[in-house]
Amino acid sequence: MRTFSVRRARFIALCLLPGVVFVALFTYYPVIRGAVMAFQRYNLFDLTSTPFVGLENFRAVLGEDRFWTALRNTGTWVAVSLFFQFFLGFGLALLLRRHFRGRGLYQAWVFFPWAMSGFLIGLLWRWMFNGQFGVINDLLLKTGIIDQRIGFLATPGWAMTSVIVANVWYGVTFFAIMIMAALQSVPKELYEAASVDGASRLRQFWHVTLPHIRPTLALIVLLRIIWILNFPDLIYSMTGGGPAGSTDIITTFLIQQVIGGDYGRAGAVGLLILGLLLSFSVFYLNATRFEKAR
Amino acid sequence: MRRVATVAKVVVLTAWLLITLFPLYWIVVTSLKPKPEIFSVPLKYWPGTVTFEHYADLFSFADFGAYLLNSLMVSLVAAGSVTAIGVLGGYTLARFAFPGRGVLMLAFLVTQMIPLFIALGPLYLLMSDLDLLNRLAGLMLVYVAMLVPFATIIMRGFYERVPVALEEAAQVDGASRLVAMVRVVIPVMLPGIAATFIFAFVQCWNELFLAITFIDSEDAKTIPVAMNSFITQYDIDWGSMAAATVVSVVPTLVLFAAIRRYIVEGLTAGAVKG
Repeated sequence: MRTFSVRRARFIALCLLPGVVFVALFTYYPVIRGAVMAFQRYNLFDLTSTPFVGLENFRAVLGEDRFWTALRNTGTWVAVSLFFQFFLGFGLALLLRRHFRGRGLYQAWVFFPWAMSGFLIGLLWRWMFNGQFGVINDLLLKTGIIDQRIGFLATPGWAMTSVIVANVWYGVTFFAIMIMAALQSVPKELYEAASVDGASRLRQFWHVTLPHIRPTLALIVLLRIIWILNFPDLIYSMTGGGPAGSTDIITTFLIQQVIGGDYGRAGAVGLLILGLLLSFSVFYLNATRFEKAR
Repeated sequence: MRRVATVAKVVVLTAWLLITLFPLYWIVVTSLKPKPEIFSVPLKYWPGTVTFEHYADLFSFADFGAYLLNSLMVSLVAAGSVTAIGVLGGYTLARFAFPGRGVLMLAFLVTQMIPLFIALGPLYLLMSDLDLLNRLAGLMLVYVAMLVPFATIIMRGFYERVPVALEEAAQVDGASRLVAMVRVVIPVMLPGIAATFIFAFVQCWNELFLAITFIDSEDAKTIPVAMNSFITQYDIDWGSMAAATVVSVVPTLVLFAAIRRYIVEGLTAGAVKG
């Protein structure tokens, strides 16, 4: 890092200007405007008057059953998806940890869902979970697990299970990659020392590997929670939040408000999500730090 | 015991590979089946007759060629611009300490975390004010903004791995800072720059919610917008849908395979949204 001069300052400013302008104009400005709209009556179909109405939008949103359903569903969606993504991803990372012939190729193939958008993944699984001609029904019938086709996406309980299955399928690779990177960060000497002391593989994993990667894991999990919550794409194309709102999560709910043209309520939902995320993150970071200090 | 463990490992890895690949296989098979075969039980796991009628339909009934071209234009221009912006911004963030640097990094990182859907409505109004609704240029602008933080953060990481000495040597030889950057540093980083471009390209290619908010005229539709209008119809034509999925996903598969290593790096650096 070098010292500061006028010429250098101009160079820095010029290099950063385009990026800053774009982000300010097309990200921060609309985000802030959206936050302000949360306190306005702002309906796309009646823009003649957009008065400030205090907390009316929040009251309206919090008074809606659909919002609370969406909130509960968000909990299920995030917790169950995360649980399976994490443990399956961890398992995969452990299996891929050591080099074997074809490992690179294997990773390349397993990686492929990442090239797809959530929208396309939702479509793919929507077709596979189809109640009449879906391949999942067919496979379950063939193996005798069920004896009658299930309308997966038309039945409230099953619909949530189905979108979570699709989400797990998509997210396992992410955890596998992140956890592999974390595992590789454990210094070899630690294992050597542990095996000199006669520690078994399992004990090594428990007493050397886990403590070493725990802070990284905690961070990965937090980021993942935020991302899953902000990931309405898959649900949007798979069920559209249905049937009867049973797969609505808080972000699909927000998008419905935008599509419905009620920007005031959309802003209110957006701020509620933001508040939820922030308070959760603070709580989570405190909890995991506490764990570490102990 | 060792043997058993190895066999178990192979079995589990193979099972997971099959689970990962099956949906892709199934959509390809569906796209190649004649319509009556798609909608008949028992299901066939391999098409009885292979047909390309769904692909032909896409380009004759639906104007898929035009959508492809729109997607290509938007993605190329936006990804190119954002990569250039990232090359410049990443350089300054990696090489200089200046007041506000930390704040700027934070401001970029925050955009990767917060639910940006809150901006969707206001962005629609902004686009309308700028007369950019239903125009590819509007999408390009918003996509650049969406990807600037990622491109800048990841570029910064790439620069940090290029030794400063390399540039200083060039500067000692009388080259200006900019010339040193273009002649010496950028060639070293070319693979990283290409990866950033490809990643940005795929993000634009796949983007849905902004596109369906701003675009509804036929001649400005990108592929996701067109596919979205397929699903909002009462009955989904799964043959065409499967074909459209295959057409839109194949380019991204190829591109992603080429830059897998860099995506992994970006993920671990926190620049890539997961």
